[in-house]
This record gives sequence, C-alpha cells and structure tokens, in this order.
Amino acid sequence: MQATRDFSHYVKDIGSGLNHIDLAVEGVNCAGCMSKIERGLSAMPDVTLARVNLTDRRVALEWKQGTLDPARFIDRLAELGYKAYPFERASAEAAEAEQSRFLLRCLGVAAFAAMNVMMLSIPVWSGNVSDMLPEQRDFFHWLSALIALPAAAYAGQPFFRSALRAIRAGGVNMDVPITIGVILALGMSVVETINHAEHAYFDAAITLLTFLLVGRYLDQNMRRKTRAVAGNLAALKAETAAKFVRADEIAEVPVAAIHPGDIVLLRPGERCAVDGTVIEGRSEIDQSLITGETLHVAAERGTAIYAGSLNMSGTLRVRVSAASEATLLSEITRLLDNALQARSRYRRLADRASRLYAPVVHATALLTVLGWVLAGASWHDAIVTGVAVLIITCPCALGLAIPTVQTVASGAMFRSGVLLNAGDAIERLAEADHVIFDKTGTLTLPELEVVNAANIPPDVFALAGQLALSSHHPVAAAIAQAAGAKSPLVGAVEEPGQGVHATIDGVQIRLGRPSFCGAQQMVENIALFDPEASLVTFSRGADQYLFSVRQGLRPDAWAMISALKQRNIAVEILSGDREPAVRAAANALGIGEWRAGVTPADKIARIEELKRHGVKVLMVGDGMNDAPSLAAAHVSMSPISAAHLSQSTADLVFLGKPLAPVVAAIDFSRKALRLMRQNLWLAVGYNALAVPIAISGIVTPLIAAAAMSGSSILVMLNALRARNAGAEVRQGEAEAGLAAGSALRGEGA
Amino acid sequence: MEVLVILVPLALALGLTGLAAFLWSLKSGQYDDLDGAAWRAIADDDPPQEARR
Repeated sequence: MQATRDFSHYVKDIGSGLNHIDLAVEGVNCAGCMSKIERGLSAMPDVTLARVNLTDRRVALEWKQGTLDPARFIDRLAELGYKAYPFERASAEAAEAEQSRFLLRCLGVAAFAAMNVMMLSIPVWSGNVSDMLPEQRDFFHWLSALIALPAAAYAGQPFFRSALRAIRAGGVNMDVPITIGVILALGMSVVETINHAEHAYFDAAITLLTFLLVGRYLDQNMRRKTRAVAGNLAALKAETAAKFVRADEIAEVPVAAIHPGDIVLLRPGERCAVDGTVIEGRSEIDQSLITGETLHVAAERGTAIYAGSLNMSGTLRVRVSAASEATLLSEITRLLDNALQARSRYRRLADRASRLYAPVVHATALLTVLGWVLAGASWHDAIVTGVAVLIITCPCALGLAIPTVQTVASGAMFRSGVLLNAGDAIERLAEADHVIFDKTGTLTLPELEVVNAANIPPDVFALAGQLALSSHHPVAAAIAQAAGAKSPLVGAVEEPGQGVHATIDGVQIRLGRPSFCGAQQMVENIALFDPEASLVTFSRGADQYLFSVRQGLRPDAWAMISALKQRNIAVEILSGDREPAVRAAANALGIGEWRAGVTPADKIARIEELKRHGVKVLMVGDGMNDAPSLAAAHVSMSPISAAHLSQSTADLVFLGKPLAPVVAAIDFSRKALRLMRQNLWLAVGYNALAVPIAISGIVTPLIAAAAMSGSSILVMLNALRARNAGAEVRQGEAEAGLAAGSALRGEGA
Repeated sequence: MEVLVILVPLALALGLTGLAAFLWSLKSGQYDDLDGAAWRAIADDDPPQEARR
C-alpha cells in the first residue's frame, strides 16, 4: 500500500485558468528567507505568483490550472529548508481581516477630515481674536460641516453600530456616550453655524473619532495577528488521516475532507484525527489526551476511538462516525454546554466604568441646563452650555483607556508565547488567586522520555536506540530519540505488541515487553516504585537492562509552581489519572492539595465549591475531559498541544514546553489591570478639571480640542508601560525558584 | 480674500487625492503584510515575480 498526499482539498480555482493555494511556512523570519522562497518557487515552470507574507508567515501560490501537484511546492520548500503545510483560512480569520481593513478605511477617512477641518478651524480661532468678518467665519464653518458631516457618518459607523447593539440589548457600553457626544457636537455646530455663532465643534467631534479609531484599529490588528498565528499552528499540527480511497489504496487527506462512513488506517505511533469505531485490528491506545488516564486501553473490533487517541502497537482500521454517540464524549458535551450556559456573563471593566460614567455625565449636563435657566440665562444659551459639557466629557480618554492597555499587553504576551482567545481574558486572569492544574499533558509533557537514562551504559543505550528505530511504538520512538540513534539495525524484526529483535555477531538482542526479553522478575520491584512508567527491557544475550519511560514533568514546572506560590496564588492538582501517578507528580512539585481519579463532573463541582467561597479560579488543562471545567472556571488556559475542544474553550493558549508562559501571563495581566485602572483615574481626573470649565460656560472649541487630545495622548502613553512587565518576568524566569528573585519580583509588582 | 475661492477648493482637492490614494493602496492589499513590506523596500533587487512579468 503506497500512501499519496492529496492536497486538492486546499486548492482553490480563482478563475482565468489559475489555481491558488495558501501554505503556512515554519521558520520564515527575515528578508533573506522571503526572497529565497519567492525565487525558489517562482523558478518552477507554470508558477505565476509566489508571494510571502512575513507578518502571517505564509506563502500564497498561483499556478496554471492542472499543471502542478501542490505536493511539489511542499517538497520544493523542504529542499529550500522550510517546512510548509497546506492551510485553510478559518472563516473567523477572514472576518477579522475584513473588520481590520474596514477600521483602517474609517481611520483614513476620519484622519483626512480631521486634518482638513483643523486647517479651517485655525483661521477661525485666530480670526475670532483679530479681524475676521462674520461672513468669512460662516463660510469656514459651512466648509467644515461639508467635510465633517459625511466623514463622521462614515467613520463613526463602528461606534454607532456598537452603541445601537448595546441599547437594543438594554445596556450601556462606552460607545453610547461616545455616539451621543459626537452626534450632539455635530448637531449643535450646524445649528450654531445657521445662527452665525462664533463657535462650532466640528473639529472636536472628528478629532475624537480619529483618536478612538486609532485605538480600535490597534486592538483589532493585534487580535487579527493572534488569530493568524493560531491558524498557522493549527495547520502546522497538520491533521491528516490515511483514508482508503480504494480497497487497497490509501491517501493522506486532510481531516476536513473526511466524511462519516469513510474508513481510515491508523498505524502504530499515529494519533487518531477522527472519531470512529475500530472495525479491524488489535492494539493498545493511549487516551490520555481525552481522559487524562496514562494507562493504555486495549482496542479491538467494536471499540470506540476518539480524535486525539494515540495508537501504540498494532495497525487499526477505523470507520469514521458522524456524531459521537459514545457515552464518554456525550457526557463531556453535556457538561460543557451546562458550564457555558452557567458562565455568568463577566462584566468587563470598560462596561462597568461606562455604566457608572454615562448616567453621571448625562445628569451633569441636564443640571447645567436647568441651573443656567434658573440663573436667568436664555434657553438657547443654557442648552449650548449643556451640550458643551457633553462634548468635553465625551469619553475619548475613557474609550482608549482599556483597549490601548489590552493591545500593548496582549502584544507582550504574544511575544512570550501566550495567545489570547477572549478579549476580557486579561482582566479575568489578573484577578485569579487559585490555580487548578490538570496533570497529564499540562504539568507533564505529552512526549515520553527515558527517566533512568543515566543508569544505562552508553553503549547499551546506543544499541537499544538503534534497535528501537525499527519499531513504530511511541515508547520505542522515545528511546530512539533519547539515544540519538540515526541508523537502524539491519535485519531487525518487529513482533507487533511485543518488541523488536535482531542478531548481531551471533548474539541476539531484544527490546520490548519484559516477557519478550524474559525479565519479568526484574520489573516487578520497579513497577511498585514508579507505577506511571512504561517499563521496557533490553537484553543482549544474558545481560538485561531496564528502561523506564514516562511522560516527564515540564522542565521548569517546579520553579513555576514556587513562583506562583510566591505570588500568593494557591495551587492544586485535579487529575483523571490514577492515584499513585498523581501523588508522584504532586510530591515532586511540592503541591499539597491534589485529587486523583477525578471525573469531569467532579472537577466542575470543585470549581463551584471554590467559587462559592469567592475564590477566582484559573484552570489550566489540556484533555478533552478538562473542557467543561475550563468553561466553568473564572479564567482558563491550555497548552497548544491540547485537544481541540479544550483549546477552543480556553481563554488563553500557551506555546512551547516550559510552563513559564503561565506565570508570565499572570504577571502581564496584573500589570495591565493596574494600568487600566490608572488610565480610568487619569480620565476621571481630566474630567474633574474640564467639567467645571464647561459648566461655567467659558469653554471654546480651542479649549475642547486641546483638552481632549491631551488626555487621549496621556492615556495612550501610559498604556505603553504595559510592555515593561516583560523585563520583570524575564528576570523572574532566570531567577525562578531563588529567594532573591522572588524579592525582586515582589518589589517590581 | 477672493483668493480663498481658489485656494480652499485646491486644498480640499489635494486632501481628497491623498485620501483616494490611501483607499486605493488599502484595497490593493498594501497593508496586508507590513513586516514584509518593511524588508522589501531594502531588498537588493526586484522580487522575482515582477521580473517574470
């Protein structure tokens, strides 16, 4: 059976006889890579376009229809030294990109209008204190209206729509006072222009929109970038399955092109990409990504198998099922649905602020009007003053206070390997004071390692590694990798589910189950001591050696757990694995609170219990069994190796082997929350100064423009400080676990 | 002050030209890869696909 790669699913027909494909490419990070790839691909005949996108780390390719197999591009890139994967743009990502372009268009229009209205306003301001004729002033005001009104109608759309949505839903968000402020400023200016008045606020309204759009665009762009990287990572995981296209022919096809009823081949060492039922073959499967259980499960005809299961020994044929009717999965789905419904809608800091802000401001404006009328002013003058209060309190700084900090902080997190799924995750993460870790795949690495490598003579290790190359069993692969073996032994024979043997210089060598090497006795003592490990024996003639292979703890797990404790965050383990395995990990990490054999429902019960005591829980987990508790927790995180369901449920996703990003994310978010609060107080302070001037009725458009721009710039500059938490965290990583480091971080925080 | 009748429309026309150029550059995808564009500007020679056309 020969496997062919079938990428036709990803190829798009873009008309005029051309085909198009997007590839995600690993390791493109400089101009050199860019021109090397473009040159290399363009040199292929019939390729009409090869363009690298350095921001998204992708290549777009177009070629004459039907002349090339897309697999050849991937081979060509491999020759150039880059790993590439076909890539399908998620619809969410396309929507983000479209929104980003729309905001940029709005920003362009608003900035154009702001500059031109300013050009007309400055003559009016200077003319008012010198010799400008009223007719000239009216002419300039009308021109300003001509520019500002259509520009605001177009560029204000993002705010108007969002405000309308909030009002329809019966709430108030920051966009409501913004919208009211802009519309009133423009409306009053038109009325004042008709009345030949001295002051019009076209400039203030349109400058306000420009500043706010800058904030919105930066926020959106960060989100788009995160989404693109997440999309690439999904493509790099390259989820394909070996599908039977004919009775005896298989092809590697992307999971998206597999339909219920198809039959796929699952070879030893492969991770299953689909849900289904075994129809042929026998094997052991590792379901730790689904249940957290590290003990392997026997699979035979009729066994249900879930996406994410790792096949250990034998080859299986799996019939793909439509929706999983299996009990385990439907239980998880039910719990997840409940948890998502029960997730009390977290009120964002910005919404809470605007809920306080909007009534106060609107009441102040109303009182100003009434006060001036009672003091004997005409209705016209009183209303003009009231509107001036609304214009000057229009929450420009308030609207920027939170998104700008979020943008800077999520950019900093992005660079330290944390992707944000939810916009308000930063605020919620900053509040967390209790971390619950899952064990398997979260505190431990999903990959296997040889834990007793130091006790094995190097020559034996090297030989065992070479022998292991002849097996697809994941444990054998771990041994081969640990030994750094490159060349397989000639004449090695694998006995499925048992082990590998070969003969060298007349001596038989064997690697595999203890029974396969005749070494049961040796193993029994060790098995009691370290129940989690897979024990593999190696025999050369009469000599016997034992390899203990298991999922190792993340390299910096101990240091990071103590870093969390130094931040007064309680740490706990809830695992679906057996008790001895969890106990071993908890002891190694110095975690006092742990529970083993926990079902998804139990995990949720524990989180609810903590919630009742007012504890804000950060749940960190990767397994499918963790998905409901990820949704139930105050805030949640997943490693990038997590099951799909968990990854999409988690608020944050972290990359790489170390656990450091978890601590870094907490530090960044705490600093960010502090800056958000500071920014809100800056905005309040600005209002405390500006509102009395407005109420007294002496505010002019010049004062309004200067005060509003000044406060916006102040808030933006303050937000930039969210980047600097990085220095503290990096220092923290370097010194993690040291008392000196903790003292330093304590001061910095 | 009659000169305003010429200068003001002229200023606006120039501004609108700038805006139109911005919208065109946005539409033709020039803002899709800002990191790449920064490097392309200082690349030694023309990108290969331009040379082929």
